[in-house]
Amino acid sequence: MNDSAPKTGALEPVARLGRLGLRAVAGLGRAHLLLLDVLGGLPSLLVRPRLLIAQLFGIGVLSMLIIVVSGVFVGMVLGLQGYYVLSQFGAEESLGVMVAASLVRELGPVVTALLVAGRAGSALTAEIGLMKATEQLSGLEMMAVDPVKRVLTPRFFGGFLSMPLLVAMFSAVGVAGGWFVGVGLLGIDDGAFWSQMQAKIDFSEDLMNGVIKSLVFGVVVTWIALYEGYDADPTAAGVSRATTRTVVQSALAVLGLDFVLTALMFGD
Amino acid sequence: MGNGTPPLPTNSPDAVGPDHADPAVLVRIRGLCFRRGDRVIFDGVDLDILRGQVTAIMGPSGTGKTTLLKLIGGQLRPDAGTIVIDGENVHQLGRSALYALRKRMGMLFQSGALLTDLDVFENVAYPLREHTRLPESLLRRLVLMKLEAVGLRGAAGLMPSQISGGMARRVALARAMALDPMMILYDEPFTGQDPISMGVLIDLIRHLNDAAQMTSIVVSHDVAETAGIADRIYLIADGRLMAAGTPAQIAESESPWVRQFMQGEPDGPVHFHYPAPPLHQDLLA
Repeated sequence: MNDSAPKTGALEPVARLGRLGLRAVAGLGRAHLLLLDVLGGLPSLLVRPRLLIAQLFGIGVLSMLIIVVSGVFVGMVLGLQGYYVLSQFGAEESLGVMVAASLVRELGPVVTALLVAGRAGSALTAEIGLMKATEQLSGLEMMAVDPVKRVLTPRFFGGFLSMPLLVAMFSAVGVAGGWFVGVGLLGIDDGAFWSQMQAKIDFSEDLMNGVIKSLVFGVVVTWIALYEGYDADPTAAGVSRATTRTVVQSALAVLGLDFVLTALMFGD
Repeated sequence: MGNGTPPLPTNSPDAVGPDHADPAVLVRIRGLCFRRGDRVIFDGVDLDILRGQVTAIMGPSGTGKTTLLKLIGGQLRPDAGTIVIDGENVHQLGRSALYALRKRMGMLFQSGALLTDLDVFENVAYPLREHTRLPESLLRRLVLMKLEAVGLRGAAGLMPSQISGGMARRVALARAMALDPMMILYDEPFTGQDPISMGVLIDLIRHLNDAAQMTSIVVSHDVAETAGIADRIYLIADGRLMAAGTPAQIAESESPWVRQFMQGEPDGPVHFHYPAPPLHQDLLA
């Protein structure tokens, strides 16, 4: 027995690593099962569209302010930075293309997803976690109402559908911000700004790729937020930790997936 | 609790009342075992809940009283044993059958568990909207009648954040009764209530049970209040059934453990001090 004690101590870090790995795999399994359950609630959601509309409002409409304001500023910064770089090559007239391509292909989906994760994702996690902590989810179960279908499914599809709309809005106001700086303040030709953008930005190559990214980010951000809330420890500290995890994991997932999607879509 | 295990009755059939074939038994629990991690919550508990009665499940904090309600409601699955409600084995039911059974049960949670984004009226209307297709006018009348029964018809338009804890429990009680269940489970209904709210709740539980011919299971550690309305009391501790009987039988029990619990004595079989080395050792160390 005495011989085994030091061995156990020496192997403790390995054991801890193993436990961490098992916990992570178990969590991943629970998250996937929850997603299946959430998707299974789609038919009952179609019967009660009011639940979806309420979530589209909560996640989508109430996120508009931060999305519009951020989009304008990101577009204006792109206008300034783009003008600085392009003017060195005498290509200021291409500012519209640069601003639009940056927004539609990259910054629109990524920044919007990060903002939605921070604003709506954290709110979803806190709401679900608190519903769990205050026994509202248990109460629904005891009323013979499935809390996943009744609470989580509408929120999931609310987030999934809101994301591409918010991305479109972000990109549109971003382009307007770039136009304001480039045309309004720096004197680039208005016609060149728009005509070059129209000629160079391709619907399937640029716009659709942005849409695909936004849909993927919509699934990931909402899924993480709902899972973290549903799996949270039902205490104040547990909900707080879950909310933090939502924001961190969503940000990492969005940035990592953005690279993967970009590599897949623009790899050729 | 661990050092206060008394030599008490009983998991014997005598302690659990009538035989399981008795149609008067609504909930029959046999050989219930449940553990959380290494901690044993229930170790072979047998008990019967009789139809039409108010049955109290009592015991010290942390003995698994709420867990027992969750096991009865099918929210938790036992490691061994059976829970049969009205002839149906709860843990062998599929999801739809379990939900059908739950429609015949109401549960009053310790916190009330009202949906915070709905007002009082909509909280009570919620199960009716989910499970019935009643016309709005009839649904409104039903909800107002339920609220009238708990004395809160005037609070129908208030949000849960605008009412007191005692009112929230009465609203939750109205909601639990919405579908006219055969049984209501009460989880610590008196905890944290002022004397007036407590009196109202005590009165409501007894009178609603009798008026609606329901069966009530009240989980509590409030001895006097619960014993005052219960037809039958089960005392549980250390994962076992310690005693069972009418309030009068329990009050006359010779068991030191039962006497300590029922009379709230600070020391006895359950020691006041948590196990520790002698005081002087700690102070002079």
